[in-house]
Amino acid sequence: MSTAVHADVNRRDFLFIATGAVATVGAALTAWPFISQMNPDASVLALATIEVDLAPIAEGQEITLKWRGNPVFVRHRTAKEIEQAKAVKLEELVDPVARSANVKDGDPATDANRVVGGKENYLVMMGVCTHLGCVPFGNQGDYGVVEGHAKLGGWFCPCHGSHYDTAGRIRKGPAPENLFVPKYEYLSDTKILIG
Amino acid sequence: MSGPSKYKPKSAFGKWMHERLPVMELVQGQIMDFPTPRNLNYWWTFGGILAIMLVAQLITGIVLAMHYTAHVDMAFDSVEHIMRDVNYGWLLRYLHANGASMFFIAVYVHMFRGMYYGSYKAPREVLWMIGVLIYLVMMATAFMGYVLPWGQMSFWGAKVITNLFSAIPFVGESVTTWLWGGYSVDNPTLNRFFSLHYLLPFVLAGLVGLHIWALHVPGNGNPTGVNVRGSQDTVPFHPYYTMKDGFAIVVFFILFAAFTFFAPNYLGHAINYLPANPLVTPAHIVPEWYYLPFYAILRAIPDKLLGVIAMFGSILILFVLPWLDTSRVRSGTYRPIFKQFFWVFVLVCIGLGYLGSKPAEGGYVFWARILTAYYFIHFLVILPLLGLLESPKPLPPSISDSVLAKKKAVGAG
Ligand code: HEM
Ligand code: FES
Repeated sequence: MSTAVHADVNRRDFLFIATGAVATVGAALTAWPFISQMNPDASVLALATIEVDLAPIAEGQEITLKWRGNPVFVRHRTAKEIEQAKAVKLEELVDPVARSANVKDGDPATDANRVVGGKENYLVMMGVCTHLGCVPFGNQGDYGVVEGHAKLGGWFCPCHGSHYDTAGRIRKGPAPENLFVPKYEYLSDTKILIG
Repeated sequence: MSGPSKYKPKSAFGKWMHERLPVMELVQGQIMDFPTPRNLNYWWTFGGILAIMLVAQLITGIVLAMHYTAHVDMAFDSVEHIMRDVNYGWLLRYLHANGASMFFIAVYVHMFRGMYYGSYKAPREVLWMIGVLIYLVMMATAFMGYVLPWGQMSFWGAKVITNLFSAIPFVGESVTTWLWGGYSVDNPTLNRFFSLHYLLPFVLAGLVGLHIWALHVPGNGNPTGVNVRGSQDTVPFHPYYTMKDGFAIVVFFILFAAFTFFAPNYLGHAINYLPANPLVTPAHIVPEWYYLPFYAILRAIPDKLLGVIAMFGSILILFVLPWLDTSRVRSGTYRPIFKQFFWVFVLVCIGLGYLGSKPAEGGYVFWARILTAYYFIHFLVILPLLGLLESPKPLPPSISDSVLAKKKAVGAG
C-alpha cells in the first residue's frame, strides 16, 4: 500500500463504495420476486367471498363452512348464550378488543361489537384458535351455558387448552386474542355474504 | 494434525490424476491415514452412524419422490399407492419414515456425547456450532417430510408449527401468510414443503462437509479430554476406526431393521392414516417423538410469544454452550459433580419428552414448568458456576498413559 499514489486512494474508495451500493440494491431488487412468489397468488386471492343462508340453522345449532381454506363457525345462539355474553364486564376479558373486521380497529369486545347489524342471535367467526390455529370444539370449555349435564355455547381448543366464551372471546389458556370475526354483511334478513 | 501428506501415487494413472485433481491425496490424508486418538469408545461411533443415516435417507427419499405426488388431492393417495402398488414401496416408505427416527436417535446420542465429554470446548467451538446448525436443519427437514403424506397429523402439525411464527410481534401474520402462500396450510404450502424437503438434505450434506473440515483441523477429542501429544497417542483411521465404526453401524442397523420390519408404525401416529381435514382438529395432537421435549417447553408457558421464545431459546442456547461452561477440564470423567448434573440433565430432557406427549392439563403442565425451568438453569446457572466451584480429579499425563494404566489395572485384577 505504501507505494500507492495517495491522491488516488480517495477516488478509489469512492468508486468502491458506489459500486458496492449499486450491487447491494441490485441484489435486493433481484431477490424480491423470489421472495414475493411465496405470497398468496391470484388464484388464492380470487376465492374471496361466500354466501351463507342462515334460515336452516336452528337455535342452538352451529355449522362450519370453509372460507379461504379455513373453517368459519356460524352459530345461531340461544337467548341464554347471548345473555351470558352480555353479562361479562370488559375488565374480565383477557383480550378487551373486538377483533372484528366489521367494527373499527381497537373497538371494545362487547357482545354487540362481535355481531353485525344488531343481529345478536347469529355469531359468525373464524374457527381458528388464535393460539396456534387449531379448530376449537363447540359447546365445550368452562365458559358455555351450563344446563344440567349439557353445555351450550362456548368453545374449547383441544390443542393446548384455550377456552372461549359464548361470544367467542378468549377467557383462559394460551391463546392471546378473541376468535376473529371476518368481514361480512347481511344481504337479506337471513342471508350473509362473507368476505 | 494432518501434517504434510505422505501420499505417493502408485500407478501411472494415479500419478496422472494426482497432477490434475489430487483427490486421492485427500482420501489418504483425511480418511485412511488420519491420525485418530487410540482411546475412542463406542460413543464416538455415532458420527459415522449419522453419515450413513443421511445417505440412507437420501437414497430412500429420492426413490420415494419418483412415486409421490405433491398435491392436496393426491398426496395421501399417492403414499397409499406407494404402500400397496409400488414394488417394495412399503419397504422404501417404512425405511424412510423409521430412518428419520433412527437419524434422531443417533443425533441425540452424538450430542449428549459432546456434552458429557466437553467436545464443544476450545478449539472445537465452531465444530460444535456447525453441529447445532445441522441439528436445526434436520428438524426442519423432518418436519416438512412429515407433512408430505397429508394425513391428519401432517396437516395439523404443519398448521401449529407454522403458526409459531405468528407470535412474532407486528409482522407475524404476514410471515405466516407468506410461509403458507395463502390464508391457511393448503396446496401451495404442500408444494413448497416438498421442494424444500428435497433440497434441505443436500444442504445438510454440505454442512456435514464443513463439520468434518472443522473436525479435521484440531482432530478428534477423546474420552480423557487430554490433547494428543504425539504419534504414540494415535492410530490411523483405517483400518482401526473404519472397523469400529463399521461394527457399530451394523449393530445400529439391526435396531433400524427391527423397527422397520416388526414395528414400522410404532413411532408414528395412527391418526396420520386419516386424510387431512382442514375443518377438524384431532382431539390430541402431538409432534413426532423427537420434538416432544421442545413441545413440552412451548406448552409449559401460558403466554403465546413467551412460549415460542422459550422453545426456540431452548435450542439456540446450545450455540453458546461453549462459553457457558466455564470449566477448563473437558471430559466429564474427571468432573465428579458435573457428571451427576449431566445425568440429571439427561433425565430432565427425557422427562420433558414424556410430558410433551401428554395432554396440556393439570399436573403435566405443572411438571413441564418445573423441568423447563431446570433445563435453562442447567445452562445458565449450573454450568457457569460448576466450572468455578468444582475441583476436578487429576488428569492423566497423556492418552497413552491412560490407556496403559487401564490395561495394567485389568491385568492386575
Ligand atoms: C435428512 C434427511 C431426511 C429426513 C430426516 C426425512 C424425513 C422424512 C419424514 C419424517 C417423512 C414422513 C414419513 C411418513 O410418515 O410417511 C418423509 C417423507 C418423504 N420424504 Fe423424506 N427425509 C429426508 C430426506 C429426503 C430426501 C433426500 C428426499 C428426496 C426427495 C425425500 C423424499 C420424501 C418423500 C417423497 C416423502 C413422502 C413419502 C412418505 O411420506 O413416505 N426425503 N421424509
Ligand atoms: S391452538 Fe388452540 S390452544 Fe393452541
